[in-house]
Amino acid sequence: MSVQVKYRIGKSVGFQVLTILLSVACVIPLIFILIYIIQAGITKINWHFLTNLPKPVGEIGGGIANALVGSMIVIGVASVIAIPVGILCGIYLSENKNSKLAYWSRLCVDILQGVPSIVIGIVAYFWLVKPLGGFSALSGSAALAVMMLPIIIRSTEETLLMLPDTLREAAYALGMPFHRVILKVIIPCGISGILSGVMLSVARIAGETAPLLFTAFGNNYMATNLTKPMETLPHVIFTYATSPYNEWKDLAWGASCMLLIFVLVLNIFTKFITRKWKVQL
Amino acid sequence: MESTIVKAIDYNAYFGDNHVVKNVNIEIPRNSVVAVMGPSGCGKTTFLRGINRMHELIPGATAKGKILLNGEDVMEMHPIFVRLKIGMVFQRPNPFPNLSIYDNVIAGYKLNGIKLPKAEKDKIVELSLSRVALWNEVKDSLTKKGSFLSGGQQQRLCIARAVAMEPEVLLFDEPTSALDPISTSTVEELFHELKKNYTLIIVTHNMQQAARVSDKTAFFYLGELVEYDETKQMFTNPTDIRTQNYITGRFS
Repeated sequence: MSVQVKYRIGKSVGFQVLTILLSVACVIPLIFILIYIIQAGITKINWHFLTNLPKPVGEIGGGIANALVGSMIVIGVASVIAIPVGILCGIYLSENKNSKLAYWSRLCVDILQGVPSIVIGIVAYFWLVKPLGGFSALSGSAALAVMMLPIIIRSTEETLLMLPDTLREAAYALGMPFHRVILKVIIPCGISGILSGVMLSVARIAGETAPLLFTAFGNNYMATNLTKPMETLPHVIFTYATSPYNEWKDLAWGASCMLLIFVLVLNIFTKFITRKWKVQL
Repeated sequence: MESTIVKAIDYNAYFGDNHVVKNVNIEIPRNSVVAVMGPSGCGKTTFLRGINRMHELIPGATAKGKILLNGEDVMEMHPIFVRLKIGMVFQRPNPFPNLSIYDNVIAGYKLNGIKLPKAEKDKIVELSLSRVALWNEVKDSLTKKGSFLSGGQQQRLCIARAVAMEPEVLLFDEPTSALDPISTSTVEELFHELKKNYTLIIVTHNMQQAARVSDKTAFFYLGELVEYDETKQMFTNPTDIRTQNYITGRFS
């Protein structure tokens, strides 16, 4: 073997090793974060922690029941707002690829995706919180819904674009009207992609704190009224982690761990659903 | 009953400014097989898709002229109604991947929200699958997905799906171009059976196929209907020099 060939093989191997090393390197921070948060938080999580309200400083114990319930309500309402709008917009974009409206709304969606969450929070504050006369869970949901939209729209659009045109033609040739072609053929065939977009958007907003600071605000008591301030997991982490008391810091670690587990489970579940419900074309 | 079922009068089709079908006048006799042949890009598929108004689904596509179905202009009817009367089978088999074989056959009813009693549905499924010679092959796997079948079987399933709606006319857009030779001959044999109940219009690239299966043949060239005659006449004694050149393989 000539020196030149050896040199080339050496370069090739070196490059391969480099790609492997660097891909390991980007997993490491995630693993450290996971280990650290689980170590710090898992011991705090128990039945008492999940079912009790926070206690005042100095008292032992206390939990995050209000934040768990609040997060679920705020995310739930945000989903109810964002999912139908997002899916329908995604359908429009995929069915009218080249229209002017599609071009502009696609552009807006891309820009919306890049808008910092704190900006969305401020806008929600001026447009909802102030006119409505106070912090409310509903305004928090609205802010989060705006953050969910781009993810749902783009994943719906991309999923539906991948379906072959022959499928639409088959449906139209049977005399089906537009709404039935969409509801009975296009959506069922793309359901796994649409759902995974929806779940990823939920995972994405579950930990959003900035927009909630101006909107849902926070509440030390159990609240289920949408027009009143409500506690959420990210907000509980924010206030307790920045407090000077160790008991509260522990609560923050526990809440972080809960949030992390929620997002992890959602991601794994999404992978599972995508595989299970995938329609073989 | 009148012997002509479909009649085109001065039919023109466009994609934007592109004039793809030029002034076509043609009469299709009831219960016959008519082959439409011609080189690529001659407008034969566009003409076919004009008959059941699938043409206009493409953005920018327009059409002028008349297409009469039993004397009634389909351009005046609601497209949904037209497509129930005129079924269509495409180039690539396209069963609905989310439905079972059984549901694929009755897709025209099921997906249009037409409720039928179970016995009725069973009857339609068995009759339609029998008409496309698929019943014996799939009767034990009706609950499996359509994509479970081979390409040739899928194409026959798509024919069954069109047949199940009891249309008057069936349009075929190069129905065998994605199939192997054996599946092709099975589908071709079907045409002879199907014409007893329906009128078939078949677009094909393949001259031998046109000669084998059709009663009459239409030859399209550059958007015009050059010649339309009995298939035998057309292949043995064409009147137009362009037809002659095409048949003898001087261009394709």
